[in-house]
Amino acid sequence: MQHSAHLLDIQHLKTHFATFEGVARAVDDVSFHLDRGEVLGVVGESGCGKSVTAQSIMRLIPEPPGKIVGGHIWFDGMDLTTLDPAAMRRIRGDRIAMIFQEPMTSLNPVYTIGDQIAEMFELHRGMKRREAWQQAVAMLEKVQIPAPHKRAGEYPHQLSGGMRQRAMIAMALACDPEILIADEPTTALDVTVQAQILDLMLQLKEDFQTAVMMITHDLGVIAEVAQRVVVMYAGKVVEQAPTLALFEDPKHPYTRGLLRSIPKLGERSRQGRRHLEEIPGMVPGLLELPPGCRFEPRCSHATAVCREREPELLDLGSNRLVRCHLYGS
Amino acid sequence: MKTLLQVDGLKVHFPIKRGVLGRTVGYVYAVDDVSFTLRQGETLGLVGESGCGKTTTGLGVLRLIPTTSGRILYNGQDITRLKAQELRRLRREMQIVFQDPYSSLNPRMTVNQILADPLDTFGLYRGRERSERIAFLLEKVGLSPEHGRRYPHEFSGGQRQRIGIARALALDPKIVIGDEPVSALDVSIQAQIINLLLDLQREFGLSYILIAHDLAVVEYICDRVAVMYLGKIVEMGTYEQIYNDPKHPYTEALLSAVPVPNPKATRHRILLQGDVPSPIHPPAGCHFHPRCPKRLDICDKERPPLKTLAGDHQVRCFLHS
Repeated sequence: MQHSAHLLDIQHLKTHFATFEGVARAVDDVSFHLDRGEVLGVVGESGCGKSVTAQSIMRLIPEPPGKIVGGHIWFDGMDLTTLDPAAMRRIRGDRIAMIFQEPMTSLNPVYTIGDQIAEMFELHRGMKRREAWQQAVAMLEKVQIPAPHKRAGEYPHQLSGGMRQRAMIAMALACDPEILIADEPTTALDVTVQAQILDLMLQLKEDFQTAVMMITHDLGVIAEVAQRVVVMYAGKVVEQAPTLALFEDPKHPYTRGLLRSIPKLGERSRQGRRHLEEIPGMVPGLLELPPGCRFEPRCSHATAVCREREPELLDLGSNRLVRCHLYGS
Repeated sequence: MKTLLQVDGLKVHFPIKRGVLGRTVGYVYAVDDVSFTLRQGETLGLVGESGCGKTTTGLGVLRLIPTTSGRILYNGQDITRLKAQELRRLRREMQIVFQDPYSSLNPRMTVNQILADPLDTFGLYRGRERSERIAFLLEKVGLSPEHGRRYPHEFSGGQRQRIGIARALALDPKIVIGDEPVSALDVSIQAQIINLLLDLQREFGLSYILIAHDLAVVEYICDRVAVMYLGKIVEMGTYEQIYNDPKHPYTEALLSAVPVPNPKATRHRILLQGDVPSPIHPPAGCHFHPRCPKRLDICDKERPPLKTLAGDHQVRCFLHS
């Protein structure tokens, strides 16, 4: 058995989906790690593989059509990719928990939220019903839901979007997990509520000493909460860096393009309108990936080698990795 | 600049019906006394959180939903009382681009048919002129004539939004209302559509009403911005006034809540408590008072009037009256 110094160590993960037209390589040789107590941002656009990576860690890939076809996910000396379903069930929700974008679809509409949180304590802690319910109410209090006793007896549709996401967080943190995977947790929320939820997550992360994997398309959210960032594009990690370094000196042309293409709050009213740089074209379909670098068709720096050969993930030192031929020898 | 559109005291209230007799038991005060003007060639942004009434305002101005009261003057003519036949003519002047490029295009029609539809309705560009017109529209939004023979499902989200924009432009409108036109798009595609909207505005002298929740996008595109909360405009001004010198505590909180893609940015975040209240039972006095960090004694008793400050900067708050 292989041990890793990291809390979670994803090595060369490949998750593919069989479709009628061919094999979609949704996650294709993805490696990164998560350390205790840190917030890791995973950023990318639709189809980049960020959510499939998260579902692979949780072993929630619908199989078929999906399948983890290669690589390892090391967690506490275990390889999650080959763990038997019963052992995985004990980890899922207990030691690694997940929250999703749309709390309305991830909560069960026919059970009260108190029931759903109490179930966590009954399943993973073997508590009796009454004690589990008390714990559920205590969790709702921790996520700052007003009148938790009353709210515990309510159904998801009776709560606002922000309250539902708080309830989801309460459920995810119920068993004091070592890892919390948050997949676009604030995307469906209004901006003032988003601020509340991000604030709450950071505070609870401190209280519970949970490592957080924050998956988002919003570079603003990344800048505010993450210490380290993984940038994904078309199933690959294209850049990895400490947050400050990534925003100050992005290396990959895709990361640079992204940062230059978003309007920044306060910029125009202070400095006038800057031309928004466009990344031409669009994300390639997973069935028609270019043979070389997957970003090559949209890249302004592309050369012949980019069309022929896929770049390796290159170590630039100072915890920075980039997958681009610009930085090869 | 000429005033193209003037909205005075617009109200859109939706009745809530209950029971077998469908008795009206209350109202949703979706838009409650909204006034603004839109000048030729200008972009007005309507911002606010979900349920603030920004989309309903847009639909009301287009007369796609019935308005309860108030006047909407287009070129000086009140359009709230227009008959169906007169309304048809108005449709040529005002068009809309929707948020979701997937559900706003008919999947059974080719792009050519989608773009021909509005031309058919008004009997414009017949015969050979028709295909020239469609090719012109496609080119203007960055597509090629070959794209015309394809169906919506063959396009990406960004391309579909281009088709939606081409359809809105087909009748040479004066005003285009964009209801969250870029919020369903990927980050790398958003810039393409924002630049396209700005280019088209310059070329065709269009006036835009941009309905959006992304405050950075609104700042980038709009000349003037109206901030809405629970059916009312709480602050309105130029983009510089709103973003550099916000006067309403809600605008301040909204701006401070936006995550900024700069890890070194040190900002004072104003965390609002609770959620937006229901527009069925809006709070008494100032609608914002239960969440307001700068609340005064008067705020839960009286409704603040819309006060005009220097430079036509309007704010609905007792702190400024």
